[in-house]
Amino acid sequence: MLKKLRRAGPPLLLLLPSLILVGVFVYGLIGVNFATSVTDNHTAAQATGQEPSVVVWFRNYLDLLGSEAFQHSLVNLVLFTVVFLVGTMVMGFAWAWMLDRPVRGEGFFRSIYLFPMAVSFVASGVVWRWLLNSNQGESASGLNRLFQMIGLDFLQNNWWNNVTFGIVAIAVPAIWQLSGYVMALFLAGFRGIPDELREAARMDGASEWKLYRHVLFPQLSPIALSALIIIGHMSLKSFDLIMSISKPANYQTKVPAVDMYVFKSSFDYANSAAVGAILLIIVALVIVPYLIHSNRSEKR
Amino acid sequence: MTAVESTPATPTGTSGTPVDLGRRGARERFTAGRTAKYAALLLFVVIVLVPVYVLLVTSFKGAGDANPARAWNLPQTWTTENWQTAWTTLSPAIWRSVQMVVPAAIISAVLGSLNGFVLSRWTFKGANLVFTLILFGMFIPYQAVMIPLTQLVLDIGFPGGIPTLILLHVVYGIPITTLIFRNYYMTVPHELVEAARVDGAGMLRTYWSVLLPISVPSFVVVLIWQFTNAWNDFLFAVFFSSSQNGPVTVALNNLANGALLQDYGVSMAGALLASLPTLLVYIILGKYFVGGLMSGSVKG
Repeated sequence: MLKKLRRAGPPLLLLLPSLILVGVFVYGLIGVNFATSVTDNHTAAQATGQEPSVVVWFRNYLDLLGSEAFQHSLVNLVLFTVVFLVGTMVMGFAWAWMLDRPVRGEGFFRSIYLFPMAVSFVASGVVWRWLLNSNQGESASGLNRLFQMIGLDFLQNNWWNNVTFGIVAIAVPAIWQLSGYVMALFLAGFRGIPDELREAARMDGASEWKLYRHVLFPQLSPIALSALIIIGHMSLKSFDLIMSISKPANYQTKVPAVDMYVFKSSFDYANSAAVGAILLIIVALVIVPYLIHSNRSEKR
Repeated sequence: MTAVESTPATPTGTSGTPVDLGRRGARERFTAGRTAKYAALLLFVVIVLVPVYVLLVTSFKGAGDANPARAWNLPQTWTTENWQTAWTTLSPAIWRSVQMVVPAAIISAVLGSLNGFVLSRWTFKGANLVFTLILFGMFIPYQAVMIPLTQLVLDIGFPGGIPTLILLHVVYGIPITTLIFRNYYMTVPHELVEAARVDGAGMLRTYWSVLLPISVPSFVVVLIWQFTNAWNDFLFAVFFSSSQNGPVTVALNNLANGALLQDYGVSMAGALLASLPTLLVYIILGKYFVGGLMSGSVKG
């Protein structure tokens, strides 16, 4: 017993500051947040503790899920995530595929494709807000003007001002920003496949398509899954880009993360906390099966 | 072994090290297919750089270029007025961002290194469980802790603005920095650590004389990762600071979205100013940047 303690004591002591911080700031606060989300803490007076709040259990959750406005946020979140995922995966894979075989100036292409990743969503939001200006015809600027100039007038549209599909317009800058990242992942994946594997397949007379189908794709699938999880989980938390392109007051492009901010700003702490908890549950639904899956495949 | 380290960490083998996605050898031959590939690669370069063109051109435009018909043209007269205005508005916030990211990056790198060491090469029973519990903090949407977090920060009386943000970036940076260092130390041969142990070196001594000296690449990766993340963060910044006492992302968002009539020239100059530090890091230390991306990177 004493020996065990002597062995585990020092490392635990070294970990202690981090453990306390993570324990309080992650686990503790998730608990408190949940406790707030099941109360009727909807006013500034209650938020500041001047008036008491009572527990209403899952009332806020039911009201939120039943409200048309929040359903709109959820639909937006799904639309955004699907387009964002498909866009980054397709672009990222295409770039990696083109750059995998020897290419002159590969470093240059890679650096250009990846650079948007180094820029904040707030900064890129400034220029994308301009590019996605919804004016058309005479007063058009941004991409709509560019479409006119290159004779693609029919592509003009009102971007994020569309109530149903406005959120898809916001996925465009998101794709611009993260495709390079997916490229980097896939490129590392391609490079991690031993040359002998390709050689062997070619020796056996496999066609280029068969080589991809039976040799390269299976090797790349774990990376594709990682990319999906990382981009997907970023997408579910999207906030900065939406805030800087279309302000939070915009119904068209709101998602739960924006709702959470708006509720907080109006001192509706209970609903704000409930939206946060719903987001956590959605993210956990994606992350937990993935963690279990990777745990299993590693044991194998 | 826990799940997450096999995530994006694996493509290149070792995470926490600089990643050079360098080219394979082999010579290329000139064919029609190749020409098409280069054309596609260049077309994508143009598309990716469109926002950069807009940012640069607009930032040098004066009032005479306000006509939407000239949206995509070069400035009639080049002026640096926008840059001067943007600099006057943003420079205090840029300075505050520096004061925020430097300590935040250094403290979280030190914590991450100690944690990574203890969780990989000086372990104890249950270390893997502890690691997984810490890692979970990386995936949570911060919206799920935001309401109680604002109250907690108030309750402990932490000075608002930059000091609070340093605390938050350190705390919520613990999972990713621990992950990067742990994965890196996993590649250090057991014998090295055992040899030190046999020689009678204690935990801290072993860390100090065996692991720390070889940790430089990981430190660079982690420092860059935390620097970029904290610099580009908007979520914590908007909840815990204002444009008076906050970092540059909040000030920029205020500059770009605050006024009723948006001055795109100034906000684009501001967006470029706010992005310069992270872009410089990306250009100078590119492969370390990619190293961070590969090691389980999760942005905002």
